[in-house]
Amino acid sequence: MRISAHDLAWSVGGISIVRDISLEIASGEFIGIIGPNGSGKSTLLSMLAGLRRPDGGAVTIDDVALATLSRRALAQKLAFVEQQAETTERMTARQVVELGRTPYLGPLSPWAAHDDAMVRNALENVDMADKAGRFWHSLSGGERQRLHIARALAQEPRLLLLDEPTNHLDIGHQIGLLDLVRRQGLTVIAALHDLNHAAMFCDRIAVLDRGRLVAIGTPADVLTPDCIRAVFGVEAAVSADEVGRCHIRFLPPSHPIKDRHDNQNRFPDDSRLPAAERSGAGRDLRGEDAQSWGEGNDGVRARLSRT
Amino acid sequence: MNRTLTRYAVPGAAFAALGIVVLALMAGAAIGETAIPFDVVAKTVANRLFGAAYALEPLDEGIVWSYRLSRAVVAACCGAALALSGTVLQALLRNPLADPYILGISAGASTGAVAVAILGIGAGLFTLPAGAFIGALVAFALVTLLAARAGRGNSAIILAGIAGSQLFNAMTSFIVTKAANAEQARGIMFWLLGNLSGIRWPDVWLALPAMLAGLGVCLWYARALDAFAFGAESAAALGIPVRRVYVVLIGTCAMMTAAMVSLVGSIGFIGLVIPHAARMLVGVRHGLLLPVAALVGAVFMIGADILSRIVVPGQVLPIGVITALFGAPAFALLLGQKGARP
Repeated sequence: MRISAHDLAWSVGGISIVRDISLEIASGEFIGIIGPNGSGKSTLLSMLAGLRRPDGGAVTIDDVALATLSRRALAQKLAFVEQQAETTERMTARQVVELGRTPYLGPLSPWAAHDDAMVRNALENVDMADKAGRFWHSLSGGERQRLHIARALAQEPRLLLLDEPTNHLDIGHQIGLLDLVRRQGLTVIAALHDLNHAAMFCDRIAVLDRGRLVAIGTPADVLTPDCIRAVFGVEAAVSADEVGRCHIRFLPPSHPIKDRHDNQNRFPDDSRLPAAERSGAGRDLRGEDAQSWGEGNDGVRARLSRT
Repeated sequence: MNRTLTRYAVPGAAFAALGIVVLALMAGAAIGETAIPFDVVAKTVANRLFGAAYALEPLDEGIVWSYRLSRAVVAACCGAALALSGTVLQALLRNPLADPYILGISAGASTGAVAVAILGIGAGLFTLPAGAFIGALVAFALVTLLAARAGRGNSAIILAGIAGSQLFNAMTSFIVTKAANAEQARGIMFWLLGNLSGIRWPDVWLALPAMLAGLGVCLWYARALDAFAFGAESAAALGIPVRRVYVVLIGTCAMMTAAMVSLVGSIGFIGLVIPHAARMLVGVRHGLLLPVAALVGAVFMIGADILSRIVVPGQVLPIGVITALFGAPAFALLLGQKGARP
C-alpha cells in the first residue's frame, strides 16, 4: 500500500510542531523516522495514521485522501502501535490480541471462525501462543510490546505505523521486535530512537528536526557524521560493513575529555589535597585514570582523521 | 469454541438472568413488615397481569401490587441503571473510581430536579426528569472542564467530581432553604438521601424504559468500550469513532442517572462497587460484563430496599444508607486490592 503526505503541517497554541512535510512511501517499504525529542516524530505518525487531522496538507493512501475514509475503513487498512500503551484491566494476552478484530466486528456481526484464526495466527506470529492465557500485568515489557504487534497484525493491515516500539526493551528484545516487524512484509513506518537499528532495518530513513523533514534516503545516504552532528548535536563516526550497511559509533563529547586532562594539574600543590588523596594509592589511581583517558582520546582522534 | 454451545448459551443465560430478577422481585414483594407468602405474591401477579381470578385478601393484594412490587421494579431498574453507568464511565474514563455519584452527575441531577420542582424553572416546559437530565449534563460538563484545567491524570477527574458534587449539593440546599416551605423541605431532604417510599406504578413507566434503553445503547457499544482498554487513542486506532462514542455513552449515562435520581434521589456506591464485582465474576468483555453488572445491580438494589424496610422495625431507612453501609467496606477492600496489584 502506497502512502503519501503532502505539505503536512500541525501546530498547537501558535507553535508550529510539524510543517512542510511531504513523503512518498512505496508498498512494502520499511521507513524509519528519526530525530531528536520534540522534533515532531509522534505528531507526524499520528497524522499519517489519521488519528490527528493536519492543520495543512493531506495524507493519501493509494491516492485516496485519508480524510474521506471512515475510522473503521481506515483501521482495516492500517494499524498503529503506540509507545507503551498500558491497561489496568485484568485482560489475558489473547483478549488483547482479539481487540485487533474490532474494525471487522459490529454490534450485529458476531465473532466468527475467521476472527479466531486471525488471532491464533497473530499470536503464533509473535511467538506468544503459549502465553495466550496469561494476564497482561504478569507479562514482561517485551512480551507486552509483542502483543501490541500481534494486536496490530490481527487487524490484517497493509500498513503498520509504530511509534518508538522498542522503548524500555533490552537490546535482544529491541532487535527481535524490529526483525519481527520486518519479516511481516508490510509497509512499515516506524519512529525509531536508535540510529543503528534504523540503519539495520530500514530501507529509507526520514530525518526530522524541529518539525521539518531535513533528509530522506537510504541509511548510507542519510546517516552521515555531518547530518548526525547537525540534527542531534553529537559527533559520530560512520563506517560501512562488508554488505554496505552503515554502522554508527558515537564519540564522547570533546570537552569532558579536556577537563580530565586538566584534572591532572588541578592541584599542583599536594598540600591542597585532602590527606587521603595525598597518599600514594590515590596518586596512582589518578595517574592510571588520566592515562587511559589520554589513550581513548588519541584513539578518537585517529578514528576522526580516518573518516 | 463450540459453536452450538454458544448458540444456546446466550438465550440460556438471558433466561437464567430473567429468572433471577423475577425471584428477587418476588422476594421484594414478599418480605416486609408484614410477611406475605410467595404464593400470594404469585397469585396477585397472575390476577393483575393475566386476569386470573384467585380469591385473595384485598389488603395483601393491595400491599403486594400497589406498594411493594412497583417499588421492587423501580429498585431493580435503578440498581441496573446505576451499575451500567458506573461500568461505562469506568471504561470510558479508564478510571476504576468513576461512577455517577462520585463524578457529581447525581448531584447535578438533584439540583436540576429541585430547580424544576421548587423554583418552577421552565415550568410546563420541563418535567422533573428533564430538569434532572439537564442538571446531570451540566454537572458532567463542568466536572470534565475542571478536570481538563487541572491536567490529565487519573485523579484529576475524581477531584473535580468531588468539587462538583459539593457545589451542586450546596446549590440544592440553597434552593431548598430559600424557596421551599417546611413540608417541601422535609420531603426533599428525605428524597435526597435516596427513598423509594413514594414509588407507585406510574414511576415504573419512567424507570423501566430508561433502564432498558440505556442497556440497549450500552450493549450496542460494547465492543467500542472493549477497545478503550488501552486508552482513547488506541480505541481510535482500532476504528472507533471516539468522539461520537463519548457523546452517546455519556449522554446515556446522564439520562439513566437523571431518570433514577428524579425518582428515588441520589444513591451512592452502586455505580462504583457493582461494576468491579461484575468484573470479578465474568471478566472485562463488555458484551458480557454490561448485562451481568445490570443484573447484579438490580438484585443488590432490591436486596438493599428489603433491608431498608426491615432493619429498623416500624421505620424505613433511606436506601442510600444501606448501599453505603455495604458499599463503603466493599470499596475499601477494592482499594486494598488495587494497591497490592503490581
